[in-house]
Amino acid sequence: MAKATREAYGEELAKLVVENEKIVVLDADLAGATKTADAKKACPERFFDFGIAESDMIGHAAGFAASGYIPFASTFAMFAAGRAWEQIRNSVAYPHLNVKVCATHAGITVGEDGVSHQAIEDIALMRVIPGMEVYVPCDENQTKAVIDHVAGTSKPCYVRLGRAAVEDVYDSKDVDVTKVHVLREGKTAAVFACGVMVQEALKAAELLKDKGIDLTVVDVCAIKPCDEEGILKVLGNHEIIFTAEKHNIIGGLGGLISEIASEKCPRKVVRIGVEDRYAESGPAKELMKKYKLDAEGVAEKIEKSL
Amino acid sequence: MEIQELREHAKNVRKNILKMIANANSGHTGGSLGAADLLTVLYLEVMDVNKENVKGIDRDRFVLSKGHTSPLLYAVLAEKGLLDEKELMTFRKIDSNLQGHPNMNYVDGVDMSTGSLGQGLAAANGMAIANKLSGNNHRVYALVGDGESEEGEIWEAAMAAAHYKSDNLCAIIDENGLQIDGFTKDVMNPEPLDEKFKAFGWNVITIDGHNLEEIRNALEEAKTVKGKPTAIIAKTIKGKGVSFMENQASWHGKAPNAEQLEQALAELEAE
Repeated sequence: MAKATREAYGEELAKLVVENEKIVVLDADLAGATKTADAKKACPERFFDFGIAESDMIGHAAGFAASGYIPFASTFAMFAAGRAWEQIRNSVAYPHLNVKVCATHAGITVGEDGVSHQAIEDIALMRVIPGMEVYVPCDENQTKAVIDHVAGTSKPCYVRLGRAAVEDVYDSKDVDVTKVHVLREGKTAAVFACGVMVQEALKAAELLKDKGIDLTVVDVCAIKPCDEEGILKVLGNHEIIFTAEKHNIIGGLGGLISEIASEKCPRKVVRIGVEDRYAESGPAKELMKKYKLDAEGVAEKIEKSL
Repeated sequence: MEIQELREHAKNVRKNILKMIANANSGHTGGSLGAADLLTVLYLEVMDVNKENVKGIDRDRFVLSKGHTSPLLYAVLAEKGLLDEKELMTFRKIDSNLQGHPNMNYVDGVDMSTGSLGQGLAAANGMAIANKLSGNNHRVYALVGDGESEEGEIWEAAMAAAHYKSDNLCAIIDENGLQIDGFTKDVMNPEPLDEKFKAFGWNVITIDGHNLEEIRNALEEAKTVKGKPTAIIAKTIKGKGVSFMENQASWHGKAPNAEQLEQALAELEAE
């Protein structure tokens, strides 16, 4: 079944807000789009809208967290990781406050809204902050598992969610979101992917199978803290490594894997993502095709790089 | 507390501010001295915070939105007996709990980490809304600079506080008319602050920020206002109490040398 990770977030949060009276839900005039509207419906007394004022929303989230609440604060990734970056850095992460920034519409699959709304820098911006946890779930079940996980920790967290519907990867939400998961084992090379690119990497592996290219595909949901042991195990078993993300190739998953590889297990790492450029308006599927982030584009890049 | 007794406490707070900053050879002297009367009255007379409750949040809380005046907060916490006076001399030094800008994780009684201007008022209102949600009657105070009010987030927070009818929130606006680059009216005029807060839906009380009686009365009056937050516009003199520091933008972030410290302490003593 196909469902957007933002929808899975909305469903899970609506459940959690009823179960845990310490959870408060904050939004900045995008509840319908981020899907916090589900939680608002389930528990209107613990839903707070801050209007079109994302920095202010994060500041308020810090105040709620300092008062013993667990705020889930949502807006689009551009305005959470981008506009409110410094509020997250100074008012949330530095004082180690228990705020969950759940940002939707990340990456270029926002589609028609275009570049102003296509956050391709947010993973980098969030993971560079000391103490900030970063998760990029790929499907409905993993998103629900991530939301359950972050609700149960006392750490500041960033969860990257998408707008477009994505196919299921996991059958149940009984998935350890702190570990990498080898979804497919091959001998030619390994692809580390996160978010929607997990599905594209899996499809790319199928496309390349008939060409004698046998890929390992690894899902990396926890960008920080990452499962370094799991990543090193995969690096140890392959000579050539690819990363795939719906993010700039600078600073995100590609950066993470390159850092680990260069320090602990030198490998050729080829980064697949948005190649340090701005995309444009258009339907999500067509953008993925044009910017070579769909299965065909990923397969092409891998084939050329081998 | 008698006004004379409060005055002595404020004088001691000012002395400690000067000693800390001189000892560190770094820190924000002007603003710390300027708002000393405000925080002395707030902590010693008005706020429900004491040794027994300071470790928790079941009490009134204070956010120093203009975090650079941390010497003032530390000195007032010491004056209240919540911080060991000896610790003040560690200010801005390696391994100290007394960071250049306040860190809530290090000091009981520092209720929010601040320093980046404009962020504290939103956090304070978050606390105020949380207090209402929790059903308690604790109040939240914030000290905001007039220069700081040039930050847009102050007005986002001001809008939100009125929207959520945070009558348990009281912002004290330290209106000293100066900022690093000069007079606020010349750098980027934030005035009229009283009219702006009124327009944003706040109850506004304007006072002389060095008149201890007026400060106390305003803070008490704010407690009685229902349905809206209160802004106390406190007209202050940056560097108040030390003649050569008063109304000088140059003393915003400068530490006195040994000679200047001696002269400043002597002036305060003679006051």
